[in-house]
Amino acid sequence: MYPLELIVPPGFLANEPVRTALIVGAGAAIVSAVVGVFTVMRGQSFAGHALADVSSAGGSAAFLLGISPLLGFLGVAALAAGAMEWADVRDARERDLVTGVMLGVGLGVTALLLYLGTIQGSTSGAAIAVLFGSMFTIPASIVPLAIGVAGVALVAIAVIYRPLLLSSLSADLAQARGARVRRTGLVHALALALAVSLAAMTVGAILSTALLIGPAAAALRFADRPGRALAWAVAIGWAATWGGILLAYDSFYWTPGHGWPVSFFIVALIFIAYLLAGLARWRPRQPALRRPA
Amino acid sequence: MTEPAALSVHSLSVSFSGRPILKDVQFEVAGGEFCALIGANGSGKTTLLKAILGLVRPQSGEVRIEAGAGVARIGYVPQKISIDPYLPLRSRDVVALGLDGARWGWLRRSAAREARVQEMLEAVGAVDFADRRVGQLSGGQQQRVLIAHALVRRPRLLLLDEPLANLDVRSTAEIVALLRRLSVQYRTAVLLSAHDMNPLLPVIDRIVYLASCCAVSGKADEVIRTEVLSRLYGYHVDVVRVHGRVVVIAAHEPEEIRAALARDPVHTAQVP
Repeated sequence: MYPLELIVPPGFLANEPVRTALIVGAGAAIVSAVVGVFTVMRGQSFAGHALADVSSAGGSAAFLLGISPLLGFLGVAALAAGAMEWADVRDARERDLVTGVMLGVGLGVTALLLYLGTIQGSTSGAAIAVLFGSMFTIPASIVPLAIGVAGVALVAIAVIYRPLLLSSLSADLAQARGARVRRTGLVHALALALAVSLAAMTVGAILSTALLIGPAAAALRFADRPGRALAWAVAIGWAATWGGILLAYDSFYWTPGHGWPVSFFIVALIFIAYLLAGLARWRPRQPALRRPA
Repeated sequence: MTEPAALSVHSLSVSFSGRPILKDVQFEVAGGEFCALIGANGSGKTTLLKAILGLVRPQSGEVRIEAGAGVARIGYVPQKISIDPYLPLRSRDVVALGLDGARWGWLRRSAAREARVQEMLEAVGAVDFADRRVGQLSGGQQQRVLIAHALVRRPRLLLLDEPLANLDVRSTAEIVALLRRLSVQYRTAVLLSAHDMNPLLPVIDRIVYLASCCAVSGKADEVIRTEVLSRLYGYHVDVVRVHGRVVVIAAHEPEEIRAALARDPVHTAQVP
């Protein structure tokens, strides 16, 4: 017996659903962490969550139609993201209201589609899969598409990297400097849609916020430059995802006959990372964050 | 001034949804000149600066920046911005974004870039907090970093929107002195807006005064006079010299407060 087998149980890597979960999960975690850092910096966490909830309508429609749920999530999330940027609501309070209303509409449509699914009887488990994820049932055929989506999102963020940083400092400043602020916002929103769709495939539409916001929020608690914030967020999200898959696989042995959901473990690990990040930042002698007078 | 104008504004008019904000504004700022844009709240100072930056489309008139300079060669420090203390940008990163933050693509690092950033941080006296997150700095420190961000490309014109608002007396004096020194050192024309001209009186060459949607401009010593300022403000203003410094005093302030109290319904109800 290899020492590694104490952590990685036998048969873990030979199992095809596990391999698919590891690949798609890593892609979702990396993209969510990278996009999430900017989403948090831009103060758009709520928009990110709403986008995920709205995309669940696409996911449930895909189950009903029998097409790949990733396509469903993607289509609806991209449409919603485009609509949100196109509406270009500047006032923060109004934007929150519009986002909240959209979120409600999306989940309402999801409720209808999932209900229609249960009547048909062909999609039992769809509700759990769409809303809370079902990593071990992701079909292997989805891997190329998932990798492609992840690649496009990362390239998009790399292209808008500098104007994104500048406009998260101050949109006014970025605009005065001649940065294409609206175009940057639109590309960020579309990258957000891609990230959220991938995350919805893995931990479900509702929990995708955890993968998007959690690692970024933890990293921003202590990282003091953009590159490090991105690296830490990726490390936290990726480790939590693979750790969650491993724990969920192990849980089949804890409670024989049925394992625990992967999503639960991933979210729990991200939460622990967030708490630890707070400890890492804590300094006994330094005063609390000083705000300008 | 023999130098060509760094900025000339020709009969500029701006209105938002039919409401005139600026009407027929006309002035010039010569190369290297230090110019204050003075006006009450709501007089259109920010709008004028945005029109110069090309962010607001004027109804008529035009803004000309020194030939060869182009809009990209204007440095700009926006009105008091609130920066998230968790934003993962150090002072150094903010200045580096001043070099090419508007362009597409990944942040590149090079020794030459870092040397320019370091030089700029030294010029504004921001070396001590160069490696701290900009959101955690004090107002005066943030102002220095933003000035370095605006100047790192060596623009011929620097615009600052109310840079002295929210600063205490000491920080105000330091920022004014810093701006004057940088203006001379880099031969940059400075146009900064303020509602109080007193802290600026020792350093300004020129004043643009915005009142009831039109502008009057002149050399500082031509404008800072009791009769000129009283006419501009529309009420009596004294320009006095005490201990070798010039101070502008609005003599009507106590009356204004009394009049406002008299208009206040709650106050009149309580005081017979």
